[in-house]
Amino acid sequence: MSDRVLGGISLALALFYIYSATTIRESFVSDEIGPKTFPIIVGVILGICSLYFILKPDPEPRWPRFNRLAEIGFAVLVCLLYANLLPRLGFLIATALAAGYLTWRLGTRPLMAVVVGVGTSVGIYVVFRLILGLSLASGILGL
Amino acid sequence: METFASLADGFAVALTWQNLGLALLGCLLGTIMGALPGLGPSNGVAILIPLAFTLGLDAVAALILLTSVYYGAMYGGRISSILLNIPGDEPAMMTCLDGYPMAQQGRAGEALALSGVASFVGAFFATWGLVFLAPQLVSIALLFGPAEYFALFTLAFATLGGMTSTNQAKSAFAAAFGLAIAMIGVDTQTGVLRFTYGELHLYDGVDFLVAIVGLFALSEVFVFLEHRETDPAKQAASKVNIGRITPSAKMLKDCTPTMARTTGIGFVAGVLPGAGASLGSFLAYSMEKRLVDRKGTFGKGDPRGVAAPEAGNNAAAGGALVPMLALGVPGSGTTAVLLAVLLTLNITPGPLLFTQNPDVVWGLIAALFIGNFMLLALNIPMVGLFTRVLLIPPRILMPVVAMISFVGIYGLTGSTFDLMMMVGFGVIGWVFRKLEIPLVPIILGILLGNEMEVNLRRAMTISNGDWLTLVDSWLSVILWSIAIVGFVLPIFLGKRLKRGMRITEEQEEQKGVRD
Repeated sequence: MSDRVLGGISLALALFYIYSATTIRESFVSDEIGPKTFPIIVGVILGICSLYFILKPDPEPRWPRFNRLAEIGFAVLVCLLYANLLPRLGFLIATALAAGYLTWRLGTRPLMAVVVGVGTSVGIYVVFRLILGLSLASGILGL
Repeated sequence: METFASLADGFAVALTWQNLGLALLGCLLGTIMGALPGLGPSNGVAILIPLAFTLGLDAVAALILLTSVYYGAMYGGRISSILLNIPGDEPAMMTCLDGYPMAQQGRAGEALALSGVASFVGAFFATWGLVFLAPQLVSIALLFGPAEYFALFTLAFATLGGMTSTNQAKSAFAAAFGLAIAMIGVDTQTGVLRFTYGELHLYDGVDFLVAIVGLFALSEVFVFLEHRETDPAKQAASKVNIGRITPSAKMLKDCTPTMARTTGIGFVAGVLPGAGASLGSFLAYSMEKRLVDRKGTFGKGDPRGVAAPEAGNNAAAGGALVPMLALGVPGSGTTAVLLAVLLTLNITPGPLLFTQNPDVVWGLIAALFIGNFMLLALNIPMVGLFTRVLLIPPRILMPVVAMISFVGIYGLTGSTFDLMMMVGFGVIGWVFRKLEIPLVPIILGILLGNEMEVNLRRAMTISNGDWLTLVDSWLSVILWSIAIVGFVLPIFLGKRLKRGMRITEEQEEQKGVRD
């Protein structure tokens, strides 16, 4: 079933991709086959593979239970939040929060998770900013 | 003799304090990353590329650092195989079979030392193979025109799924997926926009580093979240008695013919498209078992069973560099990541690399030799230290991996959009792993997509639009035939080979339980 869902989604994507390729505006200087041909070939291969998934799906993989799936969903959400808040909060705060959350969800006890989060953040800051001189987001602390 | 002169020049490049220091750092980091389950060579190198780049290292230095990590990780993979019966990376799987029983008999130190020596032998002679074979391949590659290159790229994709692939449609899907992503952005030949849908951030295309770090490193974090409480027996490492850490002269002597044979097999497996290190170590082990296992001691802690796969997989790692450097077409996952390193540094691998940037090539090869000796020196006396690393629990390690991935990409592009895209690739990576869609062809597609299209278009322009130009020379006919055979063969062989690998492992495990 999973393979069929994948096949359905990717078939739709492949068709959309081929359609997009046909609408690429050609410029007046062009080579023999132009900018459309190769993407169309790629789209066709994607489509054929998708059809194969629908017709001959592999055995079902072992999906995690719902709560584990939600766990991953929240982690993704935290990562997206991190990406958005990083320039505003600055590296130290944002990283301490995100790393703390992840290590907590991976099984560190809450209080220790705070310590690990801050430790990770400060550790990376010292190594990459102070020693190696990389530019990390400075944010509200201005560091 | 020209080769030796070039090699000497290479040593002149590599033997500066900075480069030696970087090689040492790379070997250390690599060994640690290889040893930690879940952080294989591809992940390790992937996380470090953006960092090496933002640190402003020059091409040779960055390359030395990252290839040292690559070699180091190949060495490190065996440590957790032997001590915990959990392979640190895929090629180290076969080392579990005899390495873990040896550890249970209190001979862990001997097994570690012996496998260190075997790794050294494999990698050292494979590097010599690289020295002599790569220039030969270059002279063939100089005959390639655009049509041949297009065929060569197709060959790389067709065989990348490998002989052990069970579903070639999924390999093909992954490759096409990567190629489709590569098409996003401004068309290099005519300047028109493709698949950008008005999104400004997509004009430059999708940065392959964003994709690599997301697919490899970040998705690993999600995998760990999924299997949280099934934490493997981490604490076991502290209890294992390491024992003496030098192999006896007799053991080394017994293993010498084994190491010699398996180095050869591994190297060939590494050079050939579609084989790679995992198959190299599998072939090495099964061949040795058939040849020398007269008393049935393989799988019960026979030292030769440790030496064989380790020499095999390290030789394959060296062999895999041959097509990557000489043709610009990697044959395995980690070399695909190394190709990304070169492209980041604005170096296009392939035959011209040897004439235009000989300092890079030979400096790199010299660094591999130096790295090998460093790894041998590090691995024998300091193996106790590396085993400590295994005690770091993933719940602390994985967030650090995630954060360093973010730091690298943010340092490189400074864009929130790229970070979000990386998270997206992380999710795709996790789902694709579940569905057993290989990730390496995606990376290769993104890396080589534009080059492949350029060659196709150039060939078509030369022939005025005649598609038959693609099969016009005997060289391209050969390449196409290999591509087709390489794609079709696994459909018949893949299941059997994979089953072979699995059965050997299971049998040995059962034996281990009974003893």
